[in-house]
Amino acid sequence: MSAVTIPGASGIIQNEPLLWEKGGKGRRGMCVPASDVPVAELPAALCRDELDFPELSEVDVVRHYTRLSQWNFGVDSGMYPLGSCTMKYNPKINEKVAATPALAAAHPMLPDELVQGSLQVMYELQSYLAAITGLPAVTLQPAAGAHGELTGMLIFAAWHKSRDSRRTKILIPDTAHGTNPASAALCGFKPVPIRSGPEGILEVAAVEAAMDEETAGIMITNPNTLGLFETRIREIAEIVHAKGGLVYGDGANMNAVMGIIDARRCGVDVLHLNLHKTFSTPHGGGGPGAGPLCVSEELARFLPAPRAVRDGELYRLDWGGPDSVGRVHAFHGNVSVLLRAYAYIRTMGPANLKKASQLAVLNAAYIKERLKGTLPLAYDRPCMHECVFSDALLQEHKVTTLDVAKRLIDCGYHPPTIYFPLVVHGAIMIEPTETECKADIDQFIAVLEQIVGEAAENPELLRQAPLRTKVRRLDETLAARQPCLCGS
Amino acid sequence: MRYLPHTDEEIRDMLAVIRRGSLDELFCSVPDSCRYEGEMPLPPAMDEWQLTEHMEILAAAMAVDDKARVLIGAGSYHHHIPETIRAIISRGELLTAYTPYQPEMAQGTLQGIYEYQTLTSRLLGMDVANASIYDGASAMAEALLMGLRVAKKKTRVAVSAAVHPHYRQVARSYLAPTGYELVELPVGPDGRTDPALLSSLGDVAAVAIQSPNFFGVIEDLEGLASLVHDAGALLIAVFSEPLAYGLLKSPGACGADIACGEGQSFGMPRSLGGAALGMFACRNEFVRNMPGRLVGQTKDLEGKRGFVLTLSTREQHIRREKATSNICSNQGICTLIASMYMASLGASGLAELARLNHSKAEYLKSGLRVAGAKVVFSAPTFNEFVVEFPGDFRPAYQRLLERKIVAGLELGRFYAEHAGRYLFCVTETTDRKTLDAIVAEVNS
Repeated sequence: MSAVTIPGASGIIQNEPLLWEKGGKGRRGMCVPASDVPVAELPAALCRDELDFPELSEVDVVRHYTRLSQWNFGVDSGMYPLGSCTMKYNPKINEKVAATPALAAAHPMLPDELVQGSLQVMYELQSYLAAITGLPAVTLQPAAGAHGELTGMLIFAAWHKSRDSRRTKILIPDTAHGTNPASAALCGFKPVPIRSGPEGILEVAAVEAAMDEETAGIMITNPNTLGLFETRIREIAEIVHAKGGLVYGDGANMNAVMGIIDARRCGVDVLHLNLHKTFSTPHGGGGPGAGPLCVSEELARFLPAPRAVRDGELYRLDWGGPDSVGRVHAFHGNVSVLLRAYAYIRTMGPANLKKASQLAVLNAAYIKERLKGTLPLAYDRPCMHECVFSDALLQEHKVTTLDVAKRLIDCGYHPPTIYFPLVVHGAIMIEPTETECKADIDQFIAVLEQIVGEAAENPELLRQAPLRTKVRRLDETLAARQPCLCGS
Repeated sequence: MRYLPHTDEEIRDMLAVIRRGSLDELFCSVPDSCRYEGEMPLPPAMDEWQLTEHMEILAAAMAVDDKARVLIGAGSYHHHIPETIRAIISRGELLTAYTPYQPEMAQGTLQGIYEYQTLTSRLLGMDVANASIYDGASAMAEALLMGLRVAKKKTRVAVSAAVHPHYRQVARSYLAPTGYELVELPVGPDGRTDPALLSSLGDVAAVAIQSPNFFGVIEDLEGLASLVHDAGALLIAVFSEPLAYGLLKSPGACGADIACGEGQSFGMPRSLGGAALGMFACRNEFVRNMPGRLVGQTKDLEGKRGFVLTLSTREQHIRREKATSNICSNQGICTLIASMYMASLGASGLAELARLNHSKAEYLKSGLRVAGAKVVFSAPTFNEFVVEFPGDFRPAYQRLLERKIVAGLELGRFYAEHAGRYLFCVTETTDRKTLDAIVAEVNS
């Protein structure tokens, strides 16, 4: 390709102070209804001094957040190939669905018969997620992937307790998701790291050597964080089961395998899904997400309650039995996120969901093939939905993975995930997702090739990047050494 | 399919580059024994218009819809949401961004969270607030675990029985496999937590008190704080209705060490209880034991002010199993909603709205009292209160329901001793006519 069109360009970036650095006393940005009742006073001893809040007009508030939004980059702005995060396009109709007035107004404590529409959505979404994973029982309560992991570990603990088996350890491969050890530790399991083999996947012998009768089970991310399918998963599951353990599947990378693999057939007992990844709900700059948990029939009785069930023509909440691990959310989870995922599944249907996975893998495989002459591949094996490169070549030019990432920002891309997984030096983990077309991917490849060329010819351009953003590189050491977490 | 941009020709070209004959061949590393058999049993794809129609049918199945007057709070409140919030939050730059791992292209999210942390700290009278937890219940559970970390050797925590029953259930779920013990503090006849037990608690790491509590009663947080501190424990002040702090003395001013709870009132719809917002704040000395993400102010290469995620050595991706929590995704965009809401009202607006909520609740309370109902607890309440009707209230409840008024929440499910009593919530969204209608029903 001769001429590369680089999408990165600066528009107008306006300065904007902090909220409390603007406004004026007496301004108001929102109506307070006129009172139609007599004023009642609270005892003075219970009341506060005046609150130190800014006072802003509606225009002040709208301009403030509009300017802030212009310093941000989202999937709507451009390609966001952040590995392991599945930053696919977030359909607009799903926002409208989540805001359906009758559903958005539903109070969580209303009797079942008054909220049949909401319960139907919950019931159907549970059954769809069961169909997609092959695991029949589902809770929608977990509010994020790590929350799903925690719920899964609570179930591991409760299951073992019900069998009078005391287990203190859990196996976690070095290619698992970063949250897994902390989730397991919250439930009293000590993580035992398992090294992946030379091919970037787990070896049966490594699990066999580590699995014993003090180990609660294993947490496997499949496809793993190298973007590789754990081909030995069934044999590994058999070993774990034979020693009385359970298999947890971290479904964060489900976008690679919808309609392709059956988690139950893989030997997985418990699996969480990230609806803000695979099922297209927007990540909102950090959340809210949703991390529903799917389990085998045998473990259904341990799930948090309540869950939606169908009784003839009526939907109702089932409050579970004595084995349930209890609630993990004040109500029913991030229902507005669940509604978006529901809309996505209804819009896609089974064939398109499978095709989404196929195209996600096609895009990643294509990038891997096209870039492997430009950047060194960590493992040259058939990849799934993401591919991982190392910084071996960049080091020659004294340029870091971080420099490449920052230069990509100037070129109009969100950088890939960097320095993760830890098993690859200076990792660059690219997950394009299925919603990027060939032309956009070709453009991204051309830009990365150009940046690697710049690393040799003009490394300073990378080291100084980004130059086109609201701020240049930020001093993270200063932020941590002298924490300033609250405005004065 | 409109979300899948590939043409057949592009798929062919791309397969040729990677030397595969078909899309199926991409999955050659997946053993047959792991494969999905047949097509996933899901309903067929709907177009945009069919989906809209389908959602209209589901909406119509809601016997209580957005037009109904629901006088239930209990952790999920109906407040007016300004249109500005809907407009701003739909901006894709904010809504479709990930966690701000690349701060130079996420200054909007980062400054927004920093402002949220600041306004939250000021509201709660605390030194520092984090970038949020999932909801009020998980916030309290995390606070109890944090209390145990701070106290190191202690193994017990105490929670008032007047804390939201669901929050207590979540705390029990979190603590179940840890070996830590949770004891409950009883509620006195005035509806406040009975302080008698506090002096004899022994080695308790932290005590969680909700104010206003589940019954709407404003606790004597200051009095409890000194007793809790005398017992060598931390005071966790919990809330489900943060609007109360537009009027009430802040938890920090009352002596709380951690303040946490639900922020849904600040601009989020009820939406069957989520997505909401776990607000979480503490005193400076405990910040390194705090769970969750934190945004800090710093400078760029040129000395310009900017914001980054910071103190991440507490977090799961650095500390792994020794992290203060496993939380990764939080409630991101909800923090922006809450700070837009707080900033739009300002100090005077928040106080005025809080007073309006209180006045309306008091209006209904006195109306019901005149109609013969007994207000169960004598201590002051904010916008919720518990009443006991002279006879069976269910027929009146049904008649009101036919007029699309949901007259409170019966408490028997949550507290056997309060069976037949009702928890009412009145906010600015309920007009006097509705309140009068409820009183008239009780009278009839």
